[in-house]
Amino acid sequence: MTTIPAPNTPVVRPSRRTSRGNWELYGWVFMRASGVVLLVLIFGHLFVNLVAGDGISAIDFGFVAGKWASPFWQIWDLLMLWLAMIHGTNGVRTIINDYAERDGTRFALKLALYTAFTVVVVLGTLVIFTFDPCPANSPASLLPSFCTA
Amino acid sequence: MTATLDKPDAQTAPAEIPSFQVTLRIRRYTPETHGEEPYWQDFTVTAHGTDRLLDALHTIKWELDGSVTFRRSCAHGVCGSDAMRINGRNRLACKALLKDLDPSKPITVEPIKGLPVIKDLVVDMEPFFASYREIMPFLITTGHQPSRERLQSPEERARFDDTTKCILCAACTSSCPVFWTDGQYFGPAAIVNAHRFIFDSRDEGGAQRLEILNDKEGVWRCRTTFNCTEACPRGIEVTKAIQEVKRAMITRAF
Repeated sequence: MTTIPAPNTPVVRPSRRTSRGNWELYGWVFMRASGVVLLVLIFGHLFVNLVAGDGISAIDFGFVAGKWASPFWQIWDLLMLWLAMIHGTNGVRTIINDYAERDGTRFALKLALYTAFTVVVVLGTLVIFTFDPCPANSPASLLPSFCTA
Repeated sequence: MTATLDKPDAQTAPAEIPSFQVTLRIRRYTPETHGEEPYWQDFTVTAHGTDRLLDALHTIKWELDGSVTFRRSCAHGVCGSDAMRINGRNRLACKALLKDLDPSKPITVEPIKGLPVIKDLVVDMEPFFASYREIMPFLITTGHQPSRERLQSPEERARFDDTTKCILCAACTSSCPVFWTDGQYFGPAAIVNAHRFIFDSRDEGGAQRLEILNDKEGVWRCRTTFNCTEACPRGIEVTKAIQEVKRAMITRAF
């Protein structure tokens, strides 16, 4: 007669659910962490642009060009762009998951969302790194006054 | 001295017990006689200040219309059979006093939301219990005990005391807006019952249960709207329990 090796061993059932891993957990933590960082970045951005120095009257093409000449503001704006876009996209993704019941609707909405995300992030990143207020070989009439051609 | 019954005073008859009329607007679904469309039906009954909504439902079923269908078992707030949506809020019919529900207006009574309605106020609880079974609501241990008692200090017992009070009435899960649109979500009740074992010092299946609830349809779908805490007839702090499970997962992952 055979004996059962360990009758009290708990049975581990294979689950019918598919999504495992810590993806949702990291998403949840990212939302909190990026939220805190964004608070600093956004209010810092608002203060520097609207309050510090000459305040809001200082903002013009030259002001933005001056900021992006410094790697510090390049990194600042890049971080702000990426964190805000990922944070917002993930938030809208959860809202779509919560409220769009039909598979087709959910797919279409997410497609539109990810397309918008990609366009904004790629375009924004491109502008931050390739921005040149005085491109060479441009007619002087199109250039801002501070460009010494 | 022998106790004697006071001589009844013939002059003063017992005062009339004050009663009032109350209208119940019941969401009915009776495909065998009224087709597939649910409809509202009003019933007016006489009630007393001590009557619960369940008493009014009994009066309707026993005296007005025997086809009105609802679940109830113990009728004292323990079995969890008669959760329903009363004036838009999930309550146990046996714990809701009519006088507290503003009887001057019709009281709406609907089946709990998010689960398939079978008839009138009776819903199919199977999806709810399937999620409950999935979190393995039983003690998991290793080794070949019991060879001795599994001792636990009062503090260890108090850690999960709140979540032991669940009666599986589904009032919380069917009040959750995430569950309404996504029937795959485990729901507050399943998480509460997982919490009851995850934080039990005698249980050794915590990691497995956390793994199950770390799913796309697990605790991360909770939006902390507190509908569940508000709906729970046992006063369990459901949202807090869900957040504690989240925290356990985060401390495990980092």
